[in-house]
Amino acid sequence: MSTRIEQLFQNKKDILSIYFTAGYPAHSDTLPILTSLQAQGVDMVEIGLPFSDPLADGPVIQQSSTQALALGMTTEVLFEQLKDVRSKIDIPLVIMGYFNPVLQFGVAEFCKKCAETGIDAVILPDLPLTVYEREYKAIFESYGIHLIFLITPQTSDERIRALDQASKGFIYLVSTASVTGSGAGFGQAQADYFKRISDMKLQNPIVVGFGIKDRETFAQATAHADGAIIGSAFINALSDQGLEVIPEFVQGIRG
Amino acid sequence: MKKSYQVDEWGYYGTFGGAYIPEMLYPNTEELRTQYLSIMAEPDFQQQFDQLLKDYVGRPTPLYFAQRLSAQVGCKIYLKREDLCHTGAHKINNTIGQILMAKRLGKSRIIAETGAGQHGVATATVCALMGLECIVYMGEVDIKRQAPNVARMKMLGAQVRPATSGSKTLKDATNEAIRDWINNPVNTHYIIGSVVGPHPYPDMVARFQSVIAQETMDQLMEVEGRDYPDAVVACVGGGSNAAGAYYHFLDREEVRIIAVEAAGKGIHTDESAATSVLGREGIIHGSKTLLMQSPDGQITEPYSISAGLDYPGIGPMHAHLFRSKRGEFISATDEQAMQAGLMLSQLEGIIPAIETSHALAVLDQLNFKSTDVVVVNLSGRGDKDLNTYIDYFKL
Repeated sequence: MSTRIEQLFQNKKDILSIYFTAGYPAHSDTLPILTSLQAQGVDMVEIGLPFSDPLADGPVIQQSSTQALALGMTTEVLFEQLKDVRSKIDIPLVIMGYFNPVLQFGVAEFCKKCAETGIDAVILPDLPLTVYEREYKAIFESYGIHLIFLITPQTSDERIRALDQASKGFIYLVSTASVTGSGAGFGQAQADYFKRISDMKLQNPIVVGFGIKDRETFAQATAHADGAIIGSAFINALSDQGLEVIPEFVQGIRG
Repeated sequence: MKKSYQVDEWGYYGTFGGAYIPEMLYPNTEELRTQYLSIMAEPDFQQQFDQLLKDYVGRPTPLYFAQRLSAQVGCKIYLKREDLCHTGAHKINNTIGQILMAKRLGKSRIIAETGAGQHGVATATVCALMGLECIVYMGEVDIKRQAPNVARMKMLGAQVRPATSGSKTLKDATNEAIRDWINNPVNTHYIIGSVVGPHPYPDMVARFQSVIAQETMDQLMEVEGRDYPDAVVACVGGGSNAAGAYYHFLDREEVRIIAVEAAGKGIHTDESAATSVLGREGIIHGSKTLLMQSPDGQITEPYSISAGLDYPGIGPMHAHLFRSKRGEFISATDEQAMQAGLMLSQLEGIIPAIETSHALAVLDQLNFKSTDVVVVNLSGRGDKDLNTYIDYFKL
């Protein structure tokens, strides 16, 4: 069966995916942001489930998460906000969060809600491969929810193969040894790394994240990968200018 | 069959522990996991570790028979004097071990987190000793509360970086240290200060601290003619001093294992740090353990008058001791701890750290027999807490 994510990667190149923190800047902004991103031709969206202690994130996503939590965002509230999302939004939707809130919600219950809501995949950076395979894989698969794994510049080829085997939908290629929101830009080291992974001919499409902030870094990332994800730069734009910035922001990336 | 309370090959104590870390940290923890046991077993490593503990830290620390305290409580109380270690607490046993580990792994840069500053000082100390760059993350709030320790770290050549996210205390300092490690995966070793974090940290730190239990066995054999006590009492925040004091007694069921948590203003108030009572199973800083959290799984901020005990989780070893009922978990309020600190000062002439005062506060609730041999781990000295004692007792 071909899902929304598989269809997207079969039919399009240079996939633009946007990450935002659910419930930020305002508690009720989740759906309006999704609607606007789809209208601007964004291909896929990662909805950030905020966590109090986001270890892999830089200051921008920490701050948006803290504010979203202060405004009352929870896992339950997010599913409530998203319950009719598929009547308006047909691009693939991914929830990205940390494992503890999912564990407290109940992994099976979480997957069930994702399936009912029309969420296609989940990214949980701190759920390790071995634990997933031992304890949770059967649950995710029974609800048809993809779990997306990350690879980094330090990941060995052998482990990349294992993560590729376990992933469904796409592989998340972390661009640099860094938390999210690094503004350093990409050099030769990233270009070589993107090409090295591309040459491995993984079974999953490759989407680059971390450090993508503008047209240039998006182009560099998609030169060797199937798509790229922009998070902190988008949240910064939302913080400065509100939701009206979305058309300008997306056009600025892809023109 | 003998039960084992030690970590299994997957890094779990029962159902607690593991390594719930982002992929970015996988190579770092894997490097450590595959090498820590073999490095620690090298004769050269052991020799260097033992030598530094003896000549630099001042070990073995005395096991002191506290006569007047014993008379008051009604049993035989020995104090394991970790407060006499260089830098004033047990923390340096671990930092000595980890700095030698970092050297063997070829690391040139050291990072650490600190709450009250004791672990930060112990880390800055060993970095000075070995000539390695040292960066200590400390919550912005704690930097203001613990000015003397910040000054000590700076004098020792460390850079103290404020953690300005979240609640700006220990848990946020730990987050910042982990983020630094993500950003510097190759040349940096992260010296975690307690038996927390992803596997193999809880086990590695417990092993470095187990010198406390080892010496206790030898010293008891000399004075009591047997190598075990009837009970070991220690305070638990993350739980490193307790892990070290219990270590060799965990599989000896005749030894009572007593863990004292900080009740703060009381376990039924919003201001407490008694994780075994108030926590639920979850993930914090890479480890599955008991932690204080909201129903939605957001980690909450604990409270204790003692900066070393206000951590929202406990080490996975302790979560397992609690769940399996091997350990007796009990808590002491701010008030009980402060009174116990004053009591020890005036009965024995020893001013304890407020963390340690919690362990002393429960001795009269444990129904010891007069012949019972009880070891209390005197984890740290009270110099750093003088201002808190002064304010509390209007001295």
